[in-house]
Amino acid sequence: MGAHDFEFGLDTFLPVTVDASGHPIPGDQVIRNAVEEAVLAESVGIDSFNIGEHYRSEFMDSANHVVLAAIAGRTERIRLGTAVTVLSTQDPVRLYTDFATLDAVSGGRAQLVVGRGSLTDSFPLFGFDLADYEDLFQEKLDLLMRLLRDQPVTWSGTFRSPLADQRVSPPIAEGHIPTWVGVGGSPQSVVRAARFGAPLMLAIIAGRPDRFAPYVDLYHRALEQHGQPELPVGLHSLGFVAPTDEEAMAIQWPYYREQFEWAARERGWRSPTLEQFADEVDHGSLYVGSPETVARRIAGVVRTLGLSRFDLLYAVGRVPHEQRMATIELYGREVIPRVRELLADAPAAPAPAAADAAVTT
Amino acid sequence: MTTVESARATTSGAAGPGRERGELRLGIVGAGKLGTTLARAAVAAGYDVGLSGSGPAEEIALTVEVLAPGARAMTTGDVVRHADVVVLAVPTHRFHELPGDLFAGKVLVDAMNYWPPVDGDDRELAAAADGTSAVVQAHFPSARVVKSLNQLGYHELDELARPEGAPDRTAIGAAGDDRGAVRAVTRLIDRLGFDPVDAGSLEDGAALEPEGSRAQVGFTPTR
Repeated sequence: MGAHDFEFGLDTFLPVTVDASGHPIPGDQVIRNAVEEAVLAESVGIDSFNIGEHYRSEFMDSANHVVLAAIAGRTERIRLGTAVTVLSTQDPVRLYTDFATLDAVSGGRAQLVVGRGSLTDSFPLFGFDLADYEDLFQEKLDLLMRLLRDQPVTWSGTFRSPLADQRVSPPIAEGHIPTWVGVGGSPQSVVRAARFGAPLMLAIIAGRPDRFAPYVDLYHRALEQHGQPELPVGLHSLGFVAPTDEEAMAIQWPYYREQFEWAARERGWRSPTLEQFADEVDHGSLYVGSPETVARRIAGVVRTLGLSRFDLLYAVGRVPHEQRMATIELYGREVIPRVRELLADAPAAPAPAAADAAVTT
Repeated sequence: MTTVESARATTSGAAGPGRERGELRLGIVGAGKLGTTLARAAVAAGYDVGLSGSGPAEEIALTVEVLAPGARAMTTGDVVRHADVVVLAVPTHRFHELPGDLFAGKVLVDAMNYWPPVDGDDRELAAAADGTSAVVQAHFPSARVVKSLNQLGYHELDELARPEGAPDRTAIGAAGDDRGAVRAVTRLIDRLGFDPVDAGSLEDGAALEPEGSRAQVGFTPTR
């Protein structure tokens, strides 16, 4: 494949950011800012803009398809997707109608990453039982894939009424919406993605990325075992770009610390230290630094894991909108061209193009 | 002689700190992130590892072959027959599904942590004044429960393992009422590349939980 087939995306959860004086800005402003960030992303050549799905006060991404539709009206080329859709608590039929419609208004630019989600706020909110965590995902993935690939659908399951010879509008060309399965490190999820013939999106937010190489190997072996074609593997990781390494570290660290201290309290993790942060930046899964530094780290992980897609969750925590915009500009104008250059010099192992995902889902 | 030592055989571990002669066997119930990572680490430390998921062995055979080469996929029943020390590495909200007499006489390492956002609200675990391992022990009354291997992120079992005596070796606590079982687990911890710390009784082990304070435990290095 040529390096141009590679997909460089941006991911955001629409965090409530702070203004210059450190105060949180209103949620509606966060949502409008995200539209501006996506418009900038297209103008600097980024391939896709992908929005998370959370149900808590620090993130404004609960109805990502609405924000994506607004972006569709302001852009022409950038792909519009999710990162990730919490499929376990969605109705696959409604999800299909939302994204088939987004695909129509955007001229065929919709895409999905579906997963179980690392947070579980949506379960009580929508009346689901966490005890069904595994079974819900399995059943809903099955129905979603049928709706995307093979209408009319005759289907029955445990968690919703059956469908008989059902067509759902609007129609899409077969396999038109690339649908990746997002995985956070569960081997069973890797095998399941392969069984469904869905491209694999790894979410790695800490630790050395090379420890996921066995998961990529498992995915390819499982594809083979289930008689599926070779499919692409993508990576979602966190980062922040500024003109120099020092600036990037200095801006990102306080917000990173704040974000992970909250997570530490909620999840029983240890609180982060500056030393750990620096180690993550140097060897782990934080892509923080100057464009050259970040480009070299991305090119490295692309080669190590044989990736076809890299999504940067740009700016960790409440980093102000202006600095998020600056990161997008540097990622699009400097990091991406430089990664392409580095990969052309020393290509990764052959990997299926991200664009192929569209044909197979 | 403790049960872990009684399972002796002829080969010594080819790699890792397998200083002792004799076959080392370890069982792991749960083939998720922790189970497969631990299996890989234990194989490297010279153990003959049996690993099970929630279903038939074939279901996890490829996962085990790729993520923990050298370990063997089996049913949970076979894992229990395979080894005298068994690590329980299933999601915390699912251990109730295993029969209460499954681990009779076995050293059962409770590596689970109760995390309500993933496990759901479990009144019994949330209210467990003596720690969640006391609840596990009550469910498996004939098992020799030791709370351990729950204190690191699963990937740290790979990344932080160091040879004995290394200045940056990480400590892992083991807490249990059956002292022979605790000793068996401290040997496992040491072979995996960590400094074992006897963290007292199973009740004291509450201090090893995510919200626990290590200051509550009088740490005594046991080697």
